[in-house]
Amino acid sequence: MDTVKILHFLTTPWVFLLWTSFLKSFIFLNLTIIVVSVTVFAERKVSALIQDRVGPNRVGIPLTLFGAKKDSFFWGLGQMVADPIKLLTKENFVPAGVNKFYFWLAPKLVMIPPILILAVLPFGSTLFGIPMTIAEMNVGVLYIFAISSLSVYGITLAGWASNSKFPFIGGIRSSSQMISYELALGLSVVPIFMICGSLNLNEIVDWQIKNGWLVSPYWPKGFELSLLLHPSDLIHALVAGLSIQRFALWIPLLISFIIFLVAIFAETNRLPFDLPEAEQELVGGYHTEYASMNFALFFLGEYAAMFAGSGAIVSLFLGGWSCPLIPDGSHGWFWGLVNIGVFFVKVSLMLLFMIWVRWTLPRFRYDQLMKLGWLGFFPIALGNIFLTALILAFIHH
Amino acid sequence: MAIIVNRPKLTFVERCYLPSILAGLAITWKHLKRALFKKGIVTMQYPEEKWDANMPEWYRGAPTLVSDEHGKDRCVACQLCEFICPPRAITIKPMEIPEGDQWRKVEKRPEEFDIDMARCIYCGLCEEVCPEQAIYLRKDYSITGLNRAEMVHDKKTLYKLGGVMKGLVFKWNELK
Ligand code: SF4
Ligand code: SF4
Repeated sequence: MDTVKILHFLTTPWVFLLWTSFLKSFIFLNLTIIVVSVTVFAERKVSALIQDRVGPNRVGIPLTLFGAKKDSFFWGLGQMVADPIKLLTKENFVPAGVNKFYFWLAPKLVMIPPILILAVLPFGSTLFGIPMTIAEMNVGVLYIFAISSLSVYGITLAGWASNSKFPFIGGIRSSSQMISYELALGLSVVPIFMICGSLNLNEIVDWQIKNGWLVSPYWPKGFELSLLLHPSDLIHALVAGLSIQRFALWIPLLISFIIFLVAIFAETNRLPFDLPEAEQELVGGYHTEYASMNFALFFLGEYAAMFAGSGAIVSLFLGGWSCPLIPDGSHGWFWGLVNIGVFFVKVSLMLLFMIWVRWTLPRFRYDQLMKLGWLGFFPIALGNIFLTALILAFIHH
Repeated sequence: MAIIVNRPKLTFVERCYLPSILAGLAITWKHLKRALFKKGIVTMQYPEEKWDANMPEWYRGAPTLVSDEHGKDRCVACQLCEFICPPRAITIKPMEIPEGDQWRKVEKRPEEFDIDMARCIYCGLCEEVCPEQAIYLRKDYSITGLNRAEMVHDKKTLYKLGGVMKGLVFKWNELK
């Protein structure tokens, strides 16, 4: 008797929304943390390979302890577990003279915003009819901008509360970096709204499924695998995809993409814009005085921000969870899972790109960064909006 | 006099950064691809691979006591090394060589000779000061121990590490 009642209760709309949201948040959050630890490992490994080194390759399972002949190293994959364990078991040292409350608060403020951003990212189509976005919001992108700029408070606060000069400089740099980048970041996506007509990330992704990824100049219309057998239909689909407007819009969208990409680098404090950290100049920047789990939170925050930033780029420009020829979740749970997989693959490639860039470019100088933000990207992003408007107004399909 | 460094005038393309960034990415990609297949890796896997064979003659590793090819332990417990050692790593307890010993005329030899490797800074002053060519810095560099006591090399260890050194001045012989 009770199971029926419970089932009935669980399927009432608001309860259903509640528990599915909780479940989605829980799973997505854990997936994110796994992705973070894999990213940290990838960062170390890729950096090593780029510098002609081997990288972490020792931590594995010590089979010799159990009488085996050789240890099994698993290419050092155990490092992913070893790093968090190390951070968890270290002494949480708080230097004398810091402002204890804010010192304690700052890491949390850095870590929370990127995790909040994850809420609006569409990381899959649908699974058993449940949309794979934790919160579908019609102001999704604005929400991302609003939340992501909050993490700068944590960094500035950490710098100030540490009561030490290097963290302080790091904190100040972080805030000045933010004001020079947020504007360009916000303006660079305006063309997308003008084209897609929505701020909702899910709708932007839907638009891209219908009309092709925003970074591509051309997208065959209604292309399917079965078309390969019917050459005339195939040619029809290929031709139907051609449009002057789309091609013209490609220019502003590409500019948007580049500006957004660079701004995300600055937003997540990644090299070449990691001025608040700047190990060589500022020891460790804003987190110099932090140890153990507090430091780990900064670390988690940075990598979660990378993940969230990559997720935003993928959703806005690279077609989100969609992949040509792969149907969405309404065709069965298997395809729903595949869609989630596609999203994670795209995000991983994006993360890999971020790592790759980090180990290629030197750090920008402080003034160069502000100059680039204010005199470079800001006017270009502004002009880009007008360009998009002109194209939309004068070139029709 | 002021030196004027002319900054090169950058063309527009160069000021865009992007081409050079792409070039840089291509270079790192090349390295990544090569290293992925275990080629061109410049580092050594330390405990398995070592560079010992390439170490120069004058390498300053752990200080040791040596004996010569005639089987004589060379140290005469003059304690000069003990006094010069900057971090005071050396502790010597000298003893008189008893009557009837072959080397009675040398008078002294160390009863105990300890070098605390947790203190030693591998400066080589002991080797330089020794009037008897008895103490040499050899090539061992991986001195480890689980506690402080294990890090102290006693006389036996020092002679074992030092071994025999040939071609030293033949000072203490039967005739002299
Ligand atoms: S090498 Fe220097 S520090 Fe080490 S024992 Fe000799 S004198 Fe002392
Ligand atoms: S090692 Fe050399 S300097 Fe040191 S006590 Fe012996 S003879 Fe003297």
